[in-house]
Formats: sequence, structure tokens, C-alpha cells
Amino acid sequence: MSSRVVITGMGVAAPNAVGLLNFEQALRNGESGIRFFPELKQLNFTCQIGGKPQIPEDLLKKYFTPLQLKGLNSSGIIYGVISGTDAWQDAGLEIDENAPADWDSGIIFGTGILGTDKFREAIQLIDQGKTRRLGSTSVIQTMASGISAYLGGILGCGNQVTTNSSACTTGTEALLMGFERIRSGQAERMLVGSCGDHGPYVWGGFDAMRILPGKYNEKPEEASRPLSASATGFVPGSGAGALLLEDLDSAVGRGAKIYAEVLGGEINSGGQRGDGSMTAASNEAVERCITRALKNSGISAGEIDVINGHLTATNRDSTEILNWTRALGRRGNEFPFINSLKGMTGHCLSASGSIECVASVLQMEKGFLFPNINCEEVHPEIQELISEDRIPKKKIDTEINILAKASFGFGDVNAVAIFKKYTP
Amino acid sequence: MSEKDIIDRLKKIVEPYVQRMEGLKNFQEETDFLKDLQINSANLVDVVLDVEDEFDIEIDNDSMEGMLTVGDAKSIIQRKISGR
Repeated sequence: MSSRVVITGMGVAAPNAVGLLNFEQALRNGESGIRFFPELKQLNFTCQIGGKPQIPEDLLKKYFTPLQLKGLNSSGIIYGVISGTDAWQDAGLEIDENAPADWDSGIIFGTGILGTDKFREAIQLIDQGKTRRLGSTSVIQTMASGISAYLGGILGCGNQVTTNSSACTTGTEALLMGFERIRSGQAERMLVGSCGDHGPYVWGGFDAMRILPGKYNEKPEEASRPLSASATGFVPGSGAGALLLEDLDSAVGRGAKIYAEVLGGEINSGGQRGDGSMTAASNEAVERCITRALKNSGISAGEIDVINGHLTATNRDSTEILNWTRALGRRGNEFPFINSLKGMTGHCLSASGSIECVASVLQMEKGFLFPNINCEEVHPEIQELISEDRIPKKKIDTEINILAKASFGFGDVNAVAIFKKYTP
Repeated sequence: MSEKDIIDRLKKIVEPYVQRMEGLKNFQEETDFLKDLQINSANLVDVVLDVEDEFDIEIDNDSMEGMLTVGDAKSIIQRKISGR
């Protein structure tokens, strides 16, 4: 096996589009997937908007058997199975329930919390003394590894099948963990990704922390404003993204389409020391994560064409930009292009890293940069650090050779992945 | 409720769980849920819950353990209905 890892398939269920082709269109057009939810208003949420993928009943039947659909009430599993199955098939791999297990293919599919609606159902029954009425799928729909377990059975994967969890870093971490497993020769293919449930039981805790915007309930599409002077908090989202990572020899051997190469990356934590805390990233750790990602990938800071940031639309956005300028030693008009998907999707929490990795790789493959929507006026602290033209407000067609993707999460955890346009 | 009526309604209930469709064609008292219909054993609890809803009865764990065939299920349902 070679030591090179490439991406040969992708799938996505995002608030602004479901399916790779629809997603590409939504990215190009800068379409928002943020909507108002009457349910959140009824429940007295301050922020009554969010991002939720639109999944028609007919679509569900393509991915789940009638038996699987019976009592299925775990939105994270729905999004994860759709994106994971799509990525597998997009890579040209077969689904054959009569074939033996595929020992060379594994899954690392993360989540933050799974099956909250199913868990609520169970809690209500248990509290009424009706535990015996839970049925057989309460466990598999609410265990964190439910998503990798569902996908593992549908696809027949016989290598490592597991779920990782590191808050909003989860998706990018899954990608780097899968990358390492292939690089170390333990697997030929790893389906990596992450998913996150929608709804009040996931989003409520963030609303209580008062870090969500409360003034956009009448104009949801304008609410998520990364990098902007008027950003007032992140809009909660949900969904899933998936990428099929493959050893280069295996990919070339079966004539697979190659989207991009994963050069490497870094995963670390600030240890909640210094300026790092449970909810705020340590600046030193972020800087270190970026510089080590470059080193591990064998590239220099000057080679990065584009950054897809974490950039959630809180007051932390300017800090993130500061950390990038320090780590790369690039400022002003020397700074790479930078964009944030969260303007369109909101912050999809545990799903964000993988949805944003899919968006990053699509941009590289198709040669465009999606616009930073709702960023009419760049935050003054950011303007002091980088030139405004580094923040595309309209779609730009451009060749991208190297892209850096960052995700940061509660617990002071970070991940940075480096993608490169594939050349044999 | 006639025996045929019970068995017809039972057939409808188990159908979504059946993995061996030939078994369903020949649905009779001797039909074994696990062997003939290849219902996943974990799904038997779901079959029981659906039976409870359909016939408005409650099937305790001991009765459930004796429910291996269509005939077993029919007898349990008849017994629970008459004791209602």
C-alpha cells in the first residue's frame, strides 16, 4: 500500500441541501438553510430559528427498509445514513447484503449526542412505568455508536467500525482518524463523517447559554453572520457529512474518481489551561494545531490558498483570524482566501466538521469559492488583520491547490486538516 | 373472534418483520417465528407490542417466552381476550 490517502466519494445532508449535486448548487448560489421553527417559539426559546435538512418521506425509503423505518425517531441516524450511503455509492462501491463482510473497509462516524427524540420517547414511557413498551430499537437509536452501527450493517464493513465524539471538532477529527488508519496500513478504505440531531433538546442548552442570536426570528436567513461586524451568536444546525477515504493504490487500482488528497493534519487540545477553558479555545493550542498540521502535511504556510474556518459568528471569529495570521505569518493581502459555511447552514455542531470538509473538497474539485453570506460589513477587528478581499462575498471561480480546514470544540479541542488537489 | 380472524390479523402484524417471504405464504399454526419466518429475535418484543395494541391485551414476559409459533401466539391471544 502507498502512504497516500485520497477522497473517492462524498455525501451530505445539510440544512441548505441534501445530496452532493444539490449541495454544490446551494454553495454556488449562497443559499441559506436557516428557518423559523414555531415549536421553538412555543417552547419560549430566545433563538427560534435553526438549520435542519429537508428530507421527504420518499427519500427515506431509498435508504431504509420498511422495518428500519418502523419507530425510527433519531434524526442524526437519518442524516448520517443518507450521507454515508451516498458517499459509499459515490465512490463506486457496491451494497450487497449477501456478500461477505468487507474486511478492508471501516467506518469512523462521529456524533455529539444521538437519538434525542427517541430518548425523549423512552424517558416518557419509563416515567409512566411502561418500560416494557420501549420496543427493541430504543438502545440502537440512542447509543452514540448507533450511527456507525447502522452504516456498518447497511454497507457490510468488516474493519474498525466506531464513533468518535469531540463536540464541534468531531467531523474533522473523524476524517483525520480514518486517514491515520489507512496510512498505518490497517485499512484500505474508511468511511468518515459525523452527524447531529436537530431540535429543541439538542439546541436548548445553547439557548440557555445565551450564545444564540435572538433578534432574527423574523428574518432567519440573515441570522448567521460569520466574520461580520453585526454577528451576535451562532445559529444552531444539524445534519451530516461523509467522505470515503481510500488508500491511493486501492483507488487507482479500481479506477475510482479521485476528488482530492488528504495530506494530513493535527488534532490537539489546549488542556483548558492559560486562556483556554471548557468553552473557549486556547489561542496557543489553536496556533500550534495549525503549525503542526502544516508540518505533518509537509507544506509551508505560504502554500495555503484557502482556509475554510470554524468561524461560527460569535465574538470568537476575530480571535480565530488572529490565530491564523500568527500561525501562518500571513496578514493583510498576503492572507489566504477564507470562508465559513456557517452563514448558510448555521453551526451544525457535531456534524459541522464533516459537512464543511465536504464543502471544502467540492470547492477544490470544481474550482470555486462559495460566498460568505450575511457578511456585508466585515468586523473591524478582522479588517485590521486581513484585507477585505480575502473574504469572498460573492462566488469566485479560482483554482485551489491547497486548502486548510479547521474545527474547534467545547473541551478546548482542535482539529486542522489539509487537503490538496490530486496529482498522480 | 374466530381463530381464522386472529391468525389473519397476526399475519398482518408480523409481515414487516419477516425476512423469509416463503414462510409467509404458508402461514399456519405450525409456522415458527424464528425458523420459518426468520424474524430477528430482537424484533420479537416488537411483535408482542404490536399484538398488544391490535388486540388490546397485555402479554407478560412468561407468556412471551412460550410464544414460538403462530399457534402459540393464537392460544395466548385467545386466553388473554377471554380473561379481559
